Amino acid sequence: MATPNTPLWEVFIRSRNGLAHKHVGSLHASDATMALQAARDIYTRRGEGLSIWVVPSSAITASDPAEKAMMFEPAESKIYRHPTFYEVPEEVGHM
Amino acid sequence: MYTQALNTAEADDRGPEDAAKAAQFQARIDAEERIEPNDWMPSAYRKTLTRQISQHAHSEVVGMLPEGNWITRAPTLRRKAALLAKVQDECGHGLYLYAAAETLGSSREELVDAMLAGKAKYSSIFNYPTLTWADIGTIGWLVDGAAIMNQIPLCRCSYGPYARAMIRVCKEESFHQRQGYEIMLTLCRGSDEQKAMAQESLNRWWWPVLMMFGPPDATSQHSDTSTKWKIKRFSNDELRQKFVDATVPQAHYLGLSIPDPGMIQDADGHWRYSEIDWTEFKQVLAGNGPCNRDRMAARRKAHAEGAWVREAAAAYAAKRAQRQTAQAAE
Repeated sequence: MATPNTPLWEVFIRSRNGLAHKHVGSLHASDATMALQAARDIYTRRGEGLSIWVVPSSAITASDPAEKAMMFEPAESKIYRHPTFYEVPEEVGHM
Repeated sequence: MYTQALNTAEADDRGPEDAAKAAQFQARIDAEERIEPNDWMPSAYRKTLTRQISQHAHSEVVGMLPEGNWITRAPTLRRKAALLAKVQDECGHGLYLYAAAETLGSSREELVDAMLAGKAKYSSIFNYPTLTWADIGTIGWLVDGAAIMNQIPLCRCSYGPYARAMIRVCKEESFHQRQGYEIMLTLCRGSDEQKAMAQESLNRWWWPVLMMFGPPDATSQHSDTSTKWKIKRFSNDELRQKFVDATVPQAHYLGLSIPDPGMIQDADGHWRYSEIDWTEFKQVLAGNGPCNRDRMAARRKAHAEGAWVREAAAAYAAKRAQRQTAQAAE
């Protein structure tokens, strides 16, 4: 008999105070409580985290990799958004 | 991680798939770009990786059995705690790897069922028994040592989720090797009987460990495609040689001898080993190793005995979801 499927969750962990939660992987669990417990066991065995988020994978909307050129083009051409685009004389010092 | 022997690639695509897309895909690989789950990929690339990653995952899970055998008999509480932590790590490695394999489109349950049905392989090394406590030392030192040799290049594998899983695994694997070597060191500094136990264990594991790297390059037919796709960065023989060169001095430090009377060090400093008995390897892969039947029986038993837990968790989740829907409707 085929084993019935268990929902998939994405796991996010905040490593130290001040840093954002970061995606670390995924796991299967029947509900949110079990997903949190499994995330603790799988992804924080060496004190990697101070906080865990679990999100049903089905709740994530992702950008389409086939459209990444169009999606990210507006940022590609705007080099004036970077500080190094602007010249500051050396005498002025660090800015 | 223990896949070298299993990483045979599917034949390259010659089918009706878009040749332009295939060329674009290869160009991305050549440019060292990572391939991500939703990117276009040749079906043979998907199939090769699904097989390799899932078999790697099965190996981690089956790999808990020979070591789990000694948890209740570890000589001290310190050793017991370390072994328990190591076995738990192996379970975690299995889970990271299943998750990576699933991104290619197969469900966890399908992958696990394929293993339980005997359709998917796992590393041949876990079909050998752990007869003495020294075997726990040897496994950590040599089996995990060989695994590290193999896994480090996989951290740069072209498939993003696999490479990322490997980075996590490699970080944790180093503890495994060191704890194994420490067990060997303790035995070798102990009584004559303890030292003899360490030597006897090395004698039994040496050749099977060398086999973990897979068939010799001359007979391994599918490596070309895996190399072209940058799944594989070094050949079986290259990795095996690196492992031997790293391991021989470690054995000498322990005062143990490698069970290969023909072994010599060449002018370049490489340790040259004798011919490997590949019939044994083929026999073990074919299911005729010392423990193949035991391992499969243990996995099937654990899966069957866990069925009620999965059912209960699913039933509870369904009941909660139903109650929430009813409350929302009020």
